[in-house]
Amino acid sequence: MPTRTTEPAPGATTAAVHRTGSPAARARRTGRAKDWARRAPLLPALVFLVVVTQLPFLATVVISFTRWNALAPDNRGFAALDNYRAVFTDPAMRASVGTTVLLTVTVVLVSLLLGLGLALLLDRGFRGRGIVRTLLITPFLIVPVASALLWKHALYNASYGLINGSLTWIWRLFGSDSPPQPDWMTDSPLAAVEMSLIWQWTPFMMLILLAGLQSRASDAVEAARMDGASAFDIFRFLTLPHLRRYLELAALLGTVYVVQNFDAVFTITSGGLGTANLPYTIYQTVYQSHDYGRASAQGVVVVLCSLLVATFALRTVSSLLREEVTA
Amino acid sequence: MTTTSLLPRRAGSPATGRRRRTGSLLGLVAWLCGIAFFLPVAWMVLTSFHSETDAATNPPSVGAGISLHGYREFFGAAGGGVSPWPPLVNSLTASVVSTLLVLLLAVPAAYALSIKPVRKWSDVLFFFLSTKMLPLVAGLLPVYLVAQNAGMLDSIWLLVILYTSMNLPIAVWMMRSFLAEVPVEMLEAASIDGAGLATTLTRIVAPVAMPGIAATALISFIFSWNELLFARVLTGVVAGTSPVFLTGLVTSQGLFLAKVCAAATVISLPVLIAGFAAQDKLVQGLSLGAVK
Repeated sequence: MPTRTTEPAPGATTAAVHRTGSPAARARRTGRAKDWARRAPLLPALVFLVVVTQLPFLATVVISFTRWNALAPDNRGFAALDNYRAVFTDPAMRASVGTTVLLTVTVVLVSLLLGLGLALLLDRGFRGRGIVRTLLITPFLIVPVASALLWKHALYNASYGLINGSLTWIWRLFGSDSPPQPDWMTDSPLAAVEMSLIWQWTPFMMLILLAGLQSRASDAVEAARMDGASAFDIFRFLTLPHLRRYLELAALLGTVYVVQNFDAVFTITSGGLGTANLPYTIYQTVYQSHDYGRASAQGVVVVLCSLLVATFALRTVSSLLREEVTA
Repeated sequence: MTTTSLLPRRAGSPATGRRRRTGSLLGLVAWLCGIAFFLPVAWMVLTSFHSETDAATNPPSVGAGISLHGYREFFGAAGGGVSPWPPLVNSLTASVVSTLLVLLLAVPAAYALSIKPVRKWSDVLFFFLSTKMLPLVAGLLPVYLVAQNAGMLDSIWLLVILYTSMNLPIAVWMMRSFLAEVPVEMLEAASIDGAGLATTLTRIVAPVAMPGIAATALISFIFSWNELLFARVLTGVVAGTSPVFLTGLVTSQGLFLAKVCAAATVISLPVLIAGFAAQDKLVQGLSLGAVK
């Protein structure tokens, strides 16, 4: 491996290749056989992903231009842009775009902030830190459907859920027999879904940020403290810049998963009361309206929107990788 | 606490005393947060050990007697319900087999991307991650139609393939950073000794990168075990997984809170055990090393 330096960052080599040019010449000498040997281990994964994820999407694009409802199999044909027109004029579809954005942004931001706070707390030494970390990780390890069912039936339920039950209990402590008993899932359905998702995703954010905090060199912090820097200054000027990349990564991964959330919406509200997000809406178009053409058009629109977000997000990660190269 | 011990000159100064007090106060806050986050899970487990009447009360009956009724109902011993074993076995098969496939595909790919950088390696890496950005639901219909025509609906192997593709991108990302830590000298020595790709991978790379492989496997297992949408759409009677079974518990026969909590506890148990056992690896793995 003549082109490889001892620097662990693999990109460094590529950068060096472009800079000096001589390894490129060397690569030409080693010939195509070696090039193939180098790429060969990559191929199975690449081919697999293209076949399983890209081909179906291509098929989705084709179907999106056809008139195809499974309930009327004889009436199939080329629909041009009819499905897309239906998607963009459908108020339910537009509403679900808004819901998806609101749900994702709220859940990712709140759990990121909570996760940051918890990671900072856990980064300090205190008695029983390991136990607290275990307690905090647990929500992430509960099967999402189970957690959705748990929130819906054991916590939110208006007549016997834990939240209203605790209110009754507290009010009784003070001698009152008329505690407030709100119906959480009908009064604030989207917040109910968001709450359960925040509970589930905060540990994920915390784990990533904790890993970030623990990879930080402690001597800079020590030196700053010796120089009399306040805790806030240390956080603002040392910890936060170091965590930036971890915060971006956590936000990116959280967004990828929360945008696609189906379990909580499906279980807690069944998409009712303005909680239907895009994945749930597509699911409904396929399995309730059986309108394959329109479902595909919805899918394509979702993908295009995601690509917009993804391009932005990937640019962030790409800056992340560039920093790795120059580091 | 460790910081104060590193600074003996300051020990006993008012600032240190204040810091120690805030320190223990923050420890208390951390404990309270931990308990708050754990509370719903504790409630789920407690409710699963209550009788149905004690489970659904207002105010909550914390001290009610222990009953195994929910578990007996869940496992079908009482009331002659549907057996949960086939879904549990299906989940286990889908998760374990797809995780093995993910490792089989991701380790060589990550090896190509990290240890012997392919030209344009970052583009390839972005391609992998971008497949993760596409909402799975957008490819669901064609997969469903193809499966229907190929007679593969309600087959666990279809889920295995889909779960593999679902977890592969993240796995490649994670593995790449772990493999980047394999010392180059070891690889060069192996290459001088004439070791081929397979030997290098199994004898040198795998042992060094084992913690990373374990973390990747764990994440892949968790996401497969948890998946609902594909399982719900593409399986039916035979190949239904545990999450699908769980949703069925509520819709088909009304609500039995203790039974549902027992089911949720049992189905979450494999992931809980694996996650608790490998916490450190999880922390390491989730950092994805992309930022290392």
